This record gives sequence, structure tokens and C-alpha cells, in this order.
Amino acid sequence: MTSVTATLPLAARHRAGRFLVYAIVLAIGAALAFAPFLFPDVRAQEVAARICVFVVLVASYDLLIGYTGIVSFAHTMFFGLGAYGAAIALKTMGPGFDAILLGGALGVVAAVLLAVLIGLLSLRVKAIFFAMVTLAAASVMMVLASQLSDFTGGEDGMTFSVPRLFSPAQPLVTGDDGKALRLFGTALNGRVAHYYFVFLSSFVLFLVMLRIVASPLGTVLEAIRENEMRAEAIGYRVVAYRTAIFCIAAIIAAFAGILRAVWLKYTGPDVVLSFDIMLDILLMVVIGGMGTLYGAVIGVAVMTLAQYYLKDVMAAGASLAADVPLLPGLLNPDRWLLWLGVVFILLVYFFPAGIAGTLMGKGGHK
Amino acid sequence: MKTLAATFERFGGVMLLPAILALIAFLAIGRPSTWVTLTVAGLAMGMMIFLMASGLSLIFGLMDVLNFGHSAFVSFGAFIAASALSFLGVWVSGGNALLNILALMAAIAAATAFGALAGWAFEHVIVKPVYKDHLRQILITMGALIVADEIILMVWGGSPVPVPRPAVLTGSIVIGDVSIEVYRIFAFLLGLAVYVAMHLALNRTRIGLLIRAGVENREMVEALGFRIDRLFIAVFMAGSALAAMGGAMWAGYQSLITPAIGAEMMILVFIVVIIGGLGSVEGSLLGALLVGLLANYVAFLFPKMSLASNMILMMAILLWRPYGLKPAVKG
Repeated sequence: MTSVTATLPLAARHRAGRFLVYAIVLAIGAALAFAPFLFPDVRAQEVAARICVFVVLVASYDLLIGYTGIVSFAHTMFFGLGAYGAAIALKTMGPGFDAILLGGALGVVAAVLLAVLIGLLSLRVKAIFFAMVTLAAASVMMVLASQLSDFTGGEDGMTFSVPRLFSPAQPLVTGDDGKALRLFGTALNGRVAHYYFVFLSSFVLFLVMLRIVASPLGTVLEAIRENEMRAEAIGYRVVAYRTAIFCIAAIIAAFAGILRAVWLKYTGPDVVLSFDIMLDILLMVVIGGMGTLYGAVIGVAVMTLAQYYLKDVMAAGASLAADVPLLPGLLNPDRWLLWLGVVFILLVYFFPAGIAGTLMGKGGHK
Repeated sequence: MKTLAATFERFGGVMLLPAILALIAFLAIGRPSTWVTLTVAGLAMGMMIFLMASGLSLIFGLMDVLNFGHSAFVSFGAFIAASALSFLGVWVSGGNALLNILALMAAIAAATAFGALAGWAFEHVIVKPVYKDHLRQILITMGALIVADEIILMVWGGSPVPVPRPAVLTGSIVIGDVSIEVYRIFAFLLGLAVYVAMHLALNRTRIGLLIRAGVENREMVEALGFRIDRLFIAVFMAGSALAAMGGAMWAGYQSLITPAIGAEMMILVFIVVIIGGLGSVEGSLLGALLVGLLANYVAFLFPKMSLASNMILMMAILLWRPYGLKPAVKG
């Protein structure tokens, strides 16, 4: 394979690589679109829904880190605001779409306000400074979420119910026998509606982001990433553009948070706010490839599958290597993050453009 | 207004802030004995944070490298000190003050030495390939942090580890109706000693001169023929060693540590470095004292606001001075 591609001229190789990336993304998209019929078991559904939500979240983060060159550690904060907004509304107003709308809207507004505040306050200084400020802000938000337990359920988080349409007991199309009609062996009940609510919302958000990066705004952002001084000199107000994209990313992340909350019927610090989630986002965006939204899709799919299934493989490996000293400790399923960290470091060294970026022949960031 | 600002500058400028903060807190708290206890606790905490923050700040100032994995040294320092203290068992718990001090010194020395060694390795393996590339620096040191945290989990496990405190440093001194924990005095004195040593090394020695010159203008120092990369390795090792020492001290202060210790302290360290201004040792000290004092006062006055208060402090200072209170490098 490599010997064949190595003989091709560079442009042709990149064209082939781009085609490959599109093919992979299309395959992932198709698998997600028909997930309820292709993979009917509950765990696979869980994985598919997680991939949908995280594609949106990671792509919105890529708008910052990949397209504009802003390193923020506050993305989970916005994700959490959306999730908690929806969760608190669903809990207090009862299950209904009005609650999702109202709570979600409040969460999104809060996210925008916070993003404007942080952006105007600290986007005018160095990238590294901004990274530190956002890290501090995110950790304060996490502490607040666990301390204001009357509102947020504290460390335990909160469970709530979602509209009746999404309940597995709710048939969408009733068959002759009065039960939900079956299609390819999958009952068309509320669970399917639930999944498609998440999938279609994610799909629309992803399309919106594709539109954003193709617009003149996206080009300006890339210009800022490549050479901030020159962009400023040409007459673009860098701080305004940076703040704008930071707000847009925050809005989309908050939407992703709403979807996550509605899918899980639960919101807590561990699933939306914790630093582990932030690390996941970072790993996904780097593995997939910074600066391409398609990379986000690939990164999320690879990482999520690894998260759910690599642990099983490692457990099997550990039991096989039980007699060798040290090896079982290294292969312990709890240590999978260790290996991911090592892979991450190697990726940043050797393939800074990630899977999609390397295939499409984009260079790493300078 | 202008004369007020001039007077403020003449009497020490921003260095007065901790004193002003202490004064306001005195009025708000109203009970002198409580205030003294809180102030001592704040100063001790500030000094421990200073140990962790000064290295990070200097590393950034000299080579424009921000090490997000700095907290790994703090965690390692804490756990190594805990293991060393448990290993020395009788020395620590026995009544012999000399042995107590020896054991503590051994633990801190072990942590510091490890910090220096690990810093050397870290600089070579992780940081060196990505000089002058902020984005990749942040990512790669983050990756290293993940790996380091996992190694700690693998070696020491996830459950809290008790840290035995030497007998001589337990208990407290009572003066009138004020009681002060001995360990806090010790932490404050150690921090002060390190600060004085750093100050002297930076201002009175040739290497210190080179470091200060490097922070101000790296290219010029290189052009004059000095190998600034070697200097940088030394600073990186010293900074990591200080972080480990701070971690060891913090472990003794907490007396029960979990692998999350590094991440918890890191937020405070970042806030301190931002408040103080990147690259400046005085700034780190100032920021650390402010953060330590404020954390203790607020924890007493409004317990729920503790961490948020530091965040608000940071926001306020960034609005006032976007590059921190005493920056050594202009952002």
C-alpha cells in the first residue's frame, strides 16, 4: 500500500487521501444514520449516541483549536451549562419539549454571556495565558456545580424523565397486533425516536459548522491562526473575531450538552463537566486531525470505540499475561488512559495533523 | 487620584496588596485571635504555593515554555515524601526531635531530588522537541500529565495515602489566646528561605544574571555566546524540584493525600502565576501570598466561596493589569 502511494505524485496522493477521508466519514455517517437497525443492542446504541453528541462537541472545539488557534480548556463548561440548563428545566417543569426548549435556551444564553466575558477579558493576551484562564474558569464551574447541590444535585447529579415520545413503551407506528411495528427486527418504538432526535440534531449542528468554516468568517479565522499580525494589519479586528468564534463554539457546545442530557436522562459533574471529558475532547481532536471538521468525526469514532471496547481487549490481555511480572499491571483495564496518553504524545510528535490531516496532506501547525 | 497612586507606588506599590488584604480581613473578622490564626495559615499556604508556582513562572519566562504537566511534579513530590516518611517509621513517630527533623529532611530531599531528575528527563523527552510551538507544547505536556497521573495511580493506587507527620511538628504553640500550628510556621520559614535563596541566586550570582538577561531578551544572550539551552535545563530542573518540594510540604500539611492532589493545586498555581505575572519570582510570591490569604479569610467568612474567590481575584487583577502584577516578560 505504502509502496504504491509513495510512487504517486504528491498531489495525486493527497487527492487519494482526501477521497479516503471522505469515504471513512461517509461510512461512519451511514453507520450512525442506521444505527438502530444495524446495531440493535443497548450498548451499541449508547456508543452511537455518544459518538453523535461528541462529534458536535469536538467539531465545535476544532473551530477554536484547529481553525483559529485558540486553546481553551473551558469547553466542558459550556457543554455543562447546556446539559444542566435542560436537566434543571426537565426536573422542575416535568417532561416536555417546552422544558427542553426553555432550559436549553437558558443554558445557551448563560454560555454565551460567559463566553463573551471570558473572551473580551482575556483573548487579547497570549494563547498560553488564555489556556490558563479557561482552565481556572472551568474548574471553578465544576466546584460550583458540586457545591450548589440544591440546584444541581451536587456530586450525584440529577436524574429526570424525558418527553413520553422517547419512552421505549411508546410505539411510533402500531402494527396489526397493537404492538410497535418491527422494521429489520427493530421495534419502531420511542427508543428509535429518542436516538433519531439526537442523531438529527447533531447532524444539523454539524452541517451548520461546515457552513461556518466555508464562509468568509472561516477564512478570516484561518488567517488569524496563520498570522495574527498580518490579519490585524489587513484590517480584521482579531479580538472581535476571536471572541465571535469563541461564542459560536460555546453555543454549539451548549447545544451538544442539551442533547447529551436528553439522551442520558441524567446530568452530573462526571458526565458533562469533569476534566476527563475535556481530555477526551482534546485527544479526539488531535487524533482526528486539527483544522478539519471531518477529522473530528474520525477522531470521535476511533476514541469512543476504543473507550468502550479497548478495555475488554486489555482485560483479556491482562489475564493472558498473568504470570509475567509487571505486564498485568500495565494491561490492567483501568490503565487504558496510560496507553492513550503515550499514543497521544507520539501523535503530537510525529503526526501533528492527526489521521485526517495526515491523509489529506495538510501540514501540522507551525 | 494621581497623588494617591504615586503615594501607593512609593510605599511599595503592588507589594502592599497582601498587607491591605490582611487589614481589610482584620476589620471584617473583628476577633484578633482568629485573624492571627487565619493569617498564619494563609501565609503558610501561600509559601507552599509559591514553591510550586515560582518554577513554572521562571520556566515560562526564560524559554517561553508553559508546562501543563507541572502538577505531575507536585503529585510525585507529595507521594514520594509520604512513602519516605512511612518508610522511616520510628524516626518519624519517635520523640527524638533530631531524628524527626532528619526524617523530614530526608523525605523532602528525596522528593526534591526526584523532581530534579524527573525534570531533566521531562525536559529532554517531552519539551525539547516542541520549543517555540505553544499549541503543541500545551498538548504534549497535557499528554505527559495524563501518563504521569496514570503512573501514580499504578504505583500508589487510587485510595488516599496517609502522611505521617513528624512528632516535633505536630501540635501548636499557644501565645495568649492565639494558637498557631507548628507545621505552618515551619512551612512559612522554609518557603521564605527558598525565596531568599532564589532572590540571592538571581540577583547576586553570574548564573542569576544570565537567567534574568535571558528572561528579558533570549536572543541577545544567545548572540553574546552563552548556551541558553543548558541554562534552561538547569532552570527546568530547579523548577521541577521546587514543585516536588512544594508537593512534599503540602502532603505533610494535608496529612491525607489522593492522586488528585496535583490537579487541585494546579488551579491555584495557575491563578498565582497569572496574578503575579509570567516570568517573575517576586510576582509569584506576591500572587501566592494573596491567594493563600484570601483562600483562608474567605473560607472563614463565606465558606462556600472559597475557590470562586480566587477566580474573582484573578479576574479583577486581569482587568486592572492585563499582564499580571509584576510581569518580567511583556506578553
